[in-house]
Amino acid sequence: MEFLAYMGDVFTPINFGLLLIGTIGGLILGATPGLSPTMAVALLIPFTFRLDATQGLVLLGAAYTSTVAGGAVSAILLKIPGAPANIATTLDGHTMAKKGEGARALQLSFVASAIGGVFGVMLLIFLTPVLAKWALAFGPSHLFWLAILGVTVIGTLDSSSVVKGLLAGCIGLWLSTIGFDDIMGAQRFIFHSSVSGGINVIPALIGLFAIPQVISMFLKGRREREAEVLAVRRHPIMEAIREVFRRSRALTIGTLTGSFIGLIPGVGGQIAGLVAYDQSRRMSPESRKFGTGHSEGVIAAESANNAMVGPSLVPLLTLSIPGSPTAAVLLGGLLIHGIFPGSDLFENYPEVAWTFINSMLIGQILMCVFGLLVAGLAARVAQVPNAVMAAVVLGLAVFGSYSVQNSMGDVYVMMALGTGMFFLERFGLSAAPLVLGLILGPIAEANFIQGKMIANATSSTGAYFFTGVLNLTLIGLVVASVAYSVWMEIRQRRYTTKEDAIVRGETLT
Amino acid sequence: MSDLPRTQHIVASGLIAAVGIGVAYISYTSEPARAFLFPRIISTVFVVLALWTFGKAVLGKTKVGIGLSAEALRNILPGLVVALVYVFWAAQALGFYTASGIAFFLLLSLYDPAPHDAVRTWVKRIIVTAGFVAVMYCLFALLLNVYTPREIFL
Repeated sequence: MEFLAYMGDVFTPINFGLLLIGTIGGLILGATPGLSPTMAVALLIPFTFRLDATQGLVLLGAAYTSTVAGGAVSAILLKIPGAPANIATTLDGHTMAKKGEGARALQLSFVASAIGGVFGVMLLIFLTPVLAKWALAFGPSHLFWLAILGVTVIGTLDSSSVVKGLLAGCIGLWLSTIGFDDIMGAQRFIFHSSVSGGINVIPALIGLFAIPQVISMFLKGRREREAEVLAVRRHPIMEAIREVFRRSRALTIGTLTGSFIGLIPGVGGQIAGLVAYDQSRRMSPESRKFGTGHSEGVIAAESANNAMVGPSLVPLLTLSIPGSPTAAVLLGGLLIHGIFPGSDLFENYPEVAWTFINSMLIGQILMCVFGLLVAGLAARVAQVPNAVMAAVVLGLAVFGSYSVQNSMGDVYVMMALGTGMFFLERFGLSAAPLVLGLILGPIAEANFIQGKMIANATSSTGAYFFTGVLNLTLIGLVVASVAYSVWMEIRQRRYTTKEDAIVRGETLT
Repeated sequence: MSDLPRTQHIVASGLIAAVGIGVAYISYTSEPARAFLFPRIISTVFVVLALWTFGKAVLGKTKVGIGLSAEALRNILPGLVVALVYVFWAAQALGFYTASGIAFFLLLSLYDPAPHDAVRTWVKRIIVTAGFVAVMYCLFALLLNVYTPREIFL
């Protein structure tokens, strides 16, 4: 119950003020289609430079939590999911809004999000210290394999092609080696003065997540947003709260599914929402009502995508391995304050760790309260023209990258990586594994070199890295993550082939 | 898959493979060799995966990635040029705020669906641009104390 000792720190005027700003800002950003939670958090990092580590993390954590929930506003009122995590919410939420039940859908969504979110953060509170102590047993070889596992899991599970996901991870790992090698005193891959000090993670994150979105907005040309905001009629909040608890099956399925999926690195809110929606539909006696504006659909999807937020941070806070792109961005936020998460985080910086986690707990409740209040405003913001949004995000990306070290080199790196990423995405490579490679590369390399030194002094390199229960377990997980994704890809291809065959009118045997 | 994406996939994966081979070449030939030990491992995997992707593209078996149509390219090109000129030249030459204002206004004018022949549209764009520059100035210069290369107006 150590977390209770730091609960008061959340309510200091500055921390609570930042929590409010992060929550309200996150709700509005989350409702804006095209602004993903990861990108919103990345763009916010420069604003944390002048704050201390705790305050910075409170702001970033609040924004992360509320952007996921805020995405439900545009999903329900505009039929445009604010983030991939809200895709399942559109299925019933928008139908409810079309029936004139927009307020009810929003209330159900925020209440379910808050309940799921609180459960997820409680899981984070109780699992993290236990796993952090367990992580103390990790040596360099284990940390090396863990970093590789982080890249392969995200590379394979988060991408539609295993090979391209791993390729993106390799590009990220290579980018992380650019610059001056401190151990050997050598310059590596310095082809321009902007990268002589290596690639700074923050401008890289901003570029990789924000610039492809900006160019995607250009892609739409001079088109009006086609969505129309549906009117919201008043609905008593207590009725919505009672309904959420009455629909306890959907709430439980959503919360448990989201929490479990959140713990698996690389599997994001989109999967959590869709799996919870599907499971809830299968187990519901009213399964036929799903898709026709059924409240269980909204409750399952929204409780799942917010329940996943807390557990998704467990690998980051215990093993310093970000399990998701947003966790990777949060890691960047920690690193700029000289804090490296991992096994000793709770020993060395308990006030930072616990205040951050507690703020996410309080943030879930604030998100529910303010979500209901600002939903109408958020829906209007979601209608801001693409042109304005693209120009604003570009400006924020430029100023944000520059402010990291007051260096134009960082701005060039941000733009070059971002533009390159847009084109890579068009050819099937995704940003998440590349970012993970970039962030985990130094961890992998440092532990590889350290492990090699230990191996040279004690045994052979092969024996050091490839023997032992923990090493073999981690290698097994690396292989399993790749094998599972390859199997899924082949299965999907077969399925597509059958679909093609049906379309062509061929007989299936 | 139509011929256009196939050609695009070949070019894109070919470029990635070329980068991979370049990285591998540097990794295996640069000194001190120990500093390039980790890059050697990465670049080997990089080259294998890149050549696999290239091979699939050549055989027309690429399943993922939609490429870029001519219309999409036409849409992004003006905005991309403005963004690149803004970042790589204007920000330093004209000053962050001036360059940001100009880039913002140009992007708004290029992609805003409002009619170009209405005076009201242009007035609105100028006001929105001024508002954006003012907010950026307040946020970065006043709140975060970021010293930009050529200060406020330049």
